[in-house]
Parts: sequence; structure tokens; C-alpha cells
Amino acid sequence: MKISSLARNIATLALAAAMAGLLGGCATSGNPRDPIEGFNRAMFSFNEGLDKVIIKPVAQGYEAVLPEIGRTGVSNFFSNISDVFIAVNNLLQGKLAEAVSDVGRVLINSTIGILGLIDVASDAGLEKHNEDFGQTFGRWGVGDGAYVVLPVFGPRTARDTVGLAVDLYADPVGHIDHIRTRNSLIVLRAISDRAELLKIDKIIEEAALDKYSYVRDAYLQRRRSLIHDGNPPREMGSLLEDGEDSTGKLSADFMREPLEAATSILFVSSDEVLELKTAEGDTRKAVIDETGGMPAPVREATEPQAGLDRERDETIAAVLIN
Amino acid sequence: MGCWMVLGLMLPAVAAPEATPDVLVKNVTNEVLEIVRKDKDIQAGNQKRTQELIDTKILPNFNFNRMTALAVGRDWRQATPDQQKSLVAEFRTLLVRTYSNALTAYKDQTVEFKPFRMQAGETDVLVRSQVVQPGGKPISIDYNLEKTGESWKVYDVIVGGVSLVTNYRGTFASEVRNGGVDGLIKTLQTKNRSLDKVSLTRIEQQ
Repeated sequence: MKISSLARNIATLALAAAMAGLLGGCATSGNPRDPIEGFNRAMFSFNEGLDKVIIKPVAQGYEAVLPEIGRTGVSNFFSNISDVFIAVNNLLQGKLAEAVSDVGRVLINSTIGILGLIDVASDAGLEKHNEDFGQTFGRWGVGDGAYVVLPVFGPRTARDTVGLAVDLYADPVGHIDHIRTRNSLIVLRAISDRAELLKIDKIIEEAALDKYSYVRDAYLQRRRSLIHDGNPPREMGSLLEDGEDSTGKLSADFMREPLEAATSILFVSSDEVLELKTAEGDTRKAVIDETGGMPAPVREATEPQAGLDRERDETIAAVLIN
Repeated sequence: MGCWMVLGLMLPAVAAPEATPDVLVKNVTNEVLEIVRKDKDIQAGNQKRTQELIDTKILPNFNFNRMTALAVGRDWRQATPDQQKSLVAEFRTLLVRTYSNALTAYKDQTVEFKPFRMQAGETDVLVRSQVVQPGGKPISIDYNLEKTGESWKVYDVIVGGVSLVTNYRGTFASEVRNGGVDGLIKTLQTKNRSLDKVSLTRIEQQ
């Protein structure tokens, strides 16, 4: 089948699934970060079906046919191309050292690494980074927005959907003039990416009570971590534990007061305020008795204050104590 | 790399009774990976052997009470002691299975640990490691540990930025909303039993 007609068929099916989701009365559990859950669930099962019937079998075939060294080469080749715009994104995020390192990676891998087939740069100590335009926007303070499951592309947030559009626009592979070469490369890259994830399938399948929400929550956590380059600020719970001896009771009371929301806003940037607002309806703080009888440390049920960093935690602690 | 190998050699003399959390995680990880790489049964997917390994080497270092409380969130307190006990038992089964699947899937990996700093008197720390796999992107695995009494116990494992524990919060909360704490326990039991069946048929097929 030609790629264009395949794409058209998939688009039609996705549209049908989306309509079914919208018409089918949304099975919404009221998660404030997932306002269009009905639509998303329909799209999720559509993607699952697509994966089961076409993408996964192809990726398994690819894994069976091509020995590991070949798959590594393919993966490295595309990884090298992506380093170009990872460098751009690091630059846009003001991370000059990382951007320079990314450019170094491309130079080394494209030459010594034979067109990127061998990742010499990683062995030489130039670490591979993970950046995209969604993360750059996040770094700039754009909030997540609603969670959305896109056809074929899968989980995104509203912000990351815009990021994806820019990613696709900036994708060097998409700009290759020779159409057949371009399409073959796009397909090969998709298969290679999928093949890398084959091992995770079973783990998620067995771990999840409800695969849809497991994947959703994992996606949201992972993006938050990536935006902070693997060092996301600790959740509010840490503040309460740190200050437990002197301000434990005060903190506990504070956590239950609506006042807390107002106070926190003073310390959070725009995206965190948005998170705070969206999380408000459903998620209240939890007082958890973790040891069954021991004095209860206070923990958060979700992460309205997710974006707070350590310094700000301490600032709030100072405000509380005084 | 070389640096902490030297450190590892020096350690038994220095910190025998009370290992620091990073050393604890390193030792357990290395020991377990060593066994997984040598043991043909585990590599062939023998669930019983994997289970034994986890029971003896890994479980004693985990605080499942705390993990379950974190995953259940605000509903934990309205659960009776009996319900809490059932929740912990079922959640432990689920997590152990997830963890053992991950372990056997990534047996070709090498694990590198990131520099660890700890202030004196700290009782809650994060130990960070990275799994480097041939032909794939590195995956970060971070461990949250808490000091209870004299020993450090892991209460959260964060893989690629995703907490294996708190990732259940949303699902657990909606289960409790729909069917109460007993509803959640029942869902977990059903899940665990269905997985038992799957692995049983797998063994029979072999």
C-alpha cells in the first residue's frame, strides 16, 4: 500500500474513533488535567488497535530480521540527526554548554562515527540529551494545558501538541526533496523507535490496572521530569517533612486551608499557577498515616505545587515559621 | 566508574554496621544483576527463581507500607488496619511483578551511579542511577530512600522520571471513589490473579 493512501485510511479511522468518543457520552472520571477523557480514551484504543495490527508486528519483524548491531546503527543514525535540533532547543532554553556539546556530538558522530551510525561521542563522554520544542515551551513557562491523545502520535498535552507541530516542521528528515527517500526514512525511523519500546510493552501491560490512565499519568510525570532535565523539584511533601519537628502542626493546618492556595501563588510561576487551578477541584491534600499509628506526616494527593523548587520550599517554610 | 569501584573496596572496613543509602542501592543492584546474568533459569524466564531472588535480595530493602500509603494517597487514612494490610499485600505483589519483569527485560544493561551527596542527619534522600543499554537510549532510575531506625529503606523507584508508586494515585483514587477501599482491594486482587493465570499458562506451554 502506498504511504499516502495508508495515511488517508488511518486518518479516516481516527476521525471515526474520535466521533465515537465524542458521541459516546464521555466516560470522564473528573480528572482536572484530562477534561476530554471520553475523546482521549476513544483515541487511545484506536491507537492501540493500530499498534496491535500494524505497527507492533512490523517492529517485531524488524527486530527479528535485523541483528542488534544493525538496529543500533539505525537508531544512532536518526539519533544523530535529532541532535541537530536538540542543540537548537538547548540554545533556545539558554543552555549554552549543552548546545555546544550537542553540536560537538553531531560533528564527531557524522565524521568519525560514519554518518552517525556509531555513537562515538557518547563513549567520548558527550552525553546524549533529550529535548524538543514542547520542553522548550515548558521551560519558557508555558503550562501543560489539557492532556490529549493524538491519533498515531499518541499522548501529548496541549503545549506539547504545538511543540510537536514545530518539531515536525523543523525535522530535517521531513525536508528531504526526494520523496521516496524521505518517506522510507520516516517509516524506518518510526519502526526503529517502536522496536526500542517492545520490551516495555509487557511491563506496562502487567503493571497497569487501567492502561489508559497508567499511560496518561506516566506521560505527564515524564514530561515534567524532562522539562527539568531529570531534576524535577520535589513535591510539597518534602517541605513538610523537613519542617516537621518545629512546624509540623502548623504545616498540617496550613495544608488544609484554602489560604494555602493563595499563599502558594505568590511563589509559583505562570505554569504552576495553571496546574494549581486545574488541580484544585479534585485534589485535596492528604494526611496519611503511613505507619499505622505513628504521628501522621502530611503528604500531597497530587501535585498542585508541583513546580516549587527547593529554594522556594524553604522560602515558604520561612514564611510559615515566622 | 573506577572511582567508586575503589570506594566499594574500601567500604566494608569503614561502614559495616550502617551503610550509606547510595552504597546500599549500589551493592544490591550489582549483586542482583550479577545473579541475573549468571543464572540461566532466570534468563529463561523462570518466574519462581526470579521471585526467590527478589524475595531475598530486594524486598528487605523496600518499605511497602510507605509505598502503598503514597500510592493510595488521601484515602489511606480512611482504610481500616485490615484493609491497609490487604492493600499493602496486593500492591506489593503487583510492584514485585513489575520490577521482576523490568529486571529480566534489561539484563544486558550496565548501571552507572551519579554522584551522591548527603548532609549529616538527613533521613530522606534520592540515589540516582542510569541504565545504559546497548542500542538504546539510557534510562534513569532513581531511588527515594528513608531512614527508619538504623536502616535505609526504599519507598519510591522513579524510572525515566516516572514514579512507579505515585503513578498509581490517579487510578487508585478513582477506584476508591467508585467502589470504596474494598473496591480497590478487589481490583488489585483480580489484577494479580489474572497475572498469575497468565504466567501459569506460560509455564505450561514451555
